[in-house]
Amino acid sequence: MIQSSPPAGANSLRNGPDGRGRFGEFGGRFVAETLMPLVLEVEKAYDAARADPAFQPELDAYLKNYIGRPSPLWFAERLTKALGGAKVYFKRDELNHTGAHKINSCMGQILLARRMGKTRIIAETGAGQHGVATATVCALFGLPCTVYMGATDVARQAPNVFRMKLLGAEVKPVTSGAGTLKDAMNEALRDWVANVSDTFYIIGTVAGPHPYPRMVRDFQSVIGDEAKAQMHEAEGRLPDIAVACIGGGSNAMGLFHPFLDDPSVRLIGVEAAGHGLDTRQHAASLLRGRPGVLHGNRTYLLQDEDGQIQEAHSISAGLDYPGIGPEHSWLHDIGRVEYVAATDDEALAAFQLCTRTEGIIPALEPAHAIAHVAKIAPALSPQTIILMNLCGRGDKDIFTVADALGVKL
Amino acid sequence: MSRIAARFAQIRSEKRGALIPFLEAWDPDGATSMAILRGMPEAGADLIEIGCPFTDPMADGPTIQLAGRRALDAGASMAHTLAMVREFRREDDATPIILMGYLNPILAYGPPRFCTDAAAAGVDGLIIVDLPTEEADLIAADAARNQLDIIRLVAPTTDDARLPHVLAGSSGFVYYVSITGITGTRTASGDELARAIPRIRAVTDLPVAVGFGVRSPAQAALATRHADAAVVASALIDTLAASLDADRHATAGTVRAVLDQVRTLAAAVRGG
Repeated sequence: MIQSSPPAGANSLRNGPDGRGRFGEFGGRFVAETLMPLVLEVEKAYDAARADPAFQPELDAYLKNYIGRPSPLWFAERLTKALGGAKVYFKRDELNHTGAHKINSCMGQILLARRMGKTRIIAETGAGQHGVATATVCALFGLPCTVYMGATDVARQAPNVFRMKLLGAEVKPVTSGAGTLKDAMNEALRDWVANVSDTFYIIGTVAGPHPYPRMVRDFQSVIGDEAKAQMHEAEGRLPDIAVACIGGGSNAMGLFHPFLDDPSVRLIGVEAAGHGLDTRQHAASLLRGRPGVLHGNRTYLLQDEDGQIQEAHSISAGLDYPGIGPEHSWLHDIGRVEYVAATDDEALAAFQLCTRTEGIIPALEPAHAIAHVAKIAPALSPQTIILMNLCGRGDKDIFTVADALGVKL
Repeated sequence: MSRIAARFAQIRSEKRGALIPFLEAWDPDGATSMAILRGMPEAGADLIEIGCPFTDPMADGPTIQLAGRRALDAGASMAHTLAMVREFRREDDATPIILMGYLNPILAYGPPRFCTDAAAAGVDGLIIVDLPTEEADLIAADAARNQLDIIRLVAPTTDDARLPHVLAGSSGFVYYVSITGITGTRTASGDELARAIPRIRAVTDLPVAVGFGVRSPAQAALATRHADAAVVASALIDTLAASLDADRHATAGTVRAVLDQVRTLAAAVRGG
């Protein structure tokens, strides 16, 4: 049985967003008027679902019996030994059905879509994990599903494209821009505005117009809630450090949120530094961006002087996004979460380190988190506990990794 | 009286519809779009909407997306767009200019400085697609201080309960997004307009312009039978795009092709 976190007090960092969907100055609802009534309708429906005592038990049953939650907490003993310092635990969200944390939120959102009487689902996807998770829940409930995916990502994530098609989804390659996650999200929003009456948009991360950042965070917080209880069972205390990778930031928000009011827990989000933070090829919105408005929310963005959005780069398609969830922007500004970055090369090395020491092939996204753990753990005492979210498995990435390592499959 | 109010008063006294043609600033280059802008009043534009290029125009269809891309490739910027308006105002102090775009380039410029500079350049109104009423306070005071109208968008999804909220404190005119969809795709029918426009008129005395999906002279005439003005964007950009050479550069016929089409549309809204 998972302990749900106690209700937050007035000084809690867990009270956001406010009535306008703001976390500090970030968030909000920056959408065209055509979408505004829909966004308000989603908010109303989500509030009603949370107030309905039947909603959470229904979701919990699917999380347990279909997704396989709770995901285990794993003491990564050989990795710990190899790093020679802090004790490293993995929250094994890669063991979820479909192989990543994305399905936690997809399940919550599709139950909401059903409550709202919506009959068609759309989603955007980068690496394809969110697309696969969305296509999966659509197959489960028999709803038609259209997934927008950048043409570049379609090419580099072919196995996931085929998975989505097997699951009955229509995958629409998006050729505008660089053909990555940002462009897929633009196209999904365009679809939504053209199909307002019957369509529910399942957003994959803690971004978009309010209530999405909050709603996706709530659904993903099961990660941190479980981990907190499991860590208590394993060690009898809180972890000292919690680490997660960040693209849009949903797995990190899910891990961090239940720990925000535990000041002894140092929270570290790892952005993708791509070829390096001082090149133009990275995806570090917090470390190298500045606040602006894109995709319905005010947040840190990679942009030029004129407010034009810049293309992000990461070896990991799931982190390849020039924005970040607004709650992260706020947590960055108030200093509650530390944001750092790992390069493509560091992630590749961590990918191999994890595979060989733990027998777990991580996705390239959490490989960025592993890379940071590998940087800090050696200098920490063996009494220090690091909790890291292993938010996805790496089967989808073996072609990318083979290519980067110069291996022909 | 503002240029927008004066122009609509004049059009009402002439008992005709108004044409609001659209051009994307710097599409396909600065000089060509300046020539189109300069020629529009003579061709029959009553008001002019200038699109401000943005990398991620989420409410726009492929036609305007490509126009924005061409403009950015040619070096478009917010400062260049304002410079176009300044140059236009040297010859024309009557035709209202409305800038249409997305919020982020305005945020990057800084809303207070942007409103000051836009007003000084001769801009009359702003349509900010991703700034709904709920977020309008981000720029409302700066706009008001500079006598810039924030043109509110009303969509088919804006129900009667929401309409007064959306139109509270609006000025200039009301922009009716006549379809649920992106620019340049579907077209609203006469029946749809006949239902929608009176809903808006019941809440506001401001003039109403119909946009999104108005392409042909017949559609423009239909729109102005129900509303005060028709906005034509994608159809003009399609014409511009068709006139470009293989490298997407302007040809000798580009400016004339667009202005000829403006003339045809203007005749239609004037009942000609």
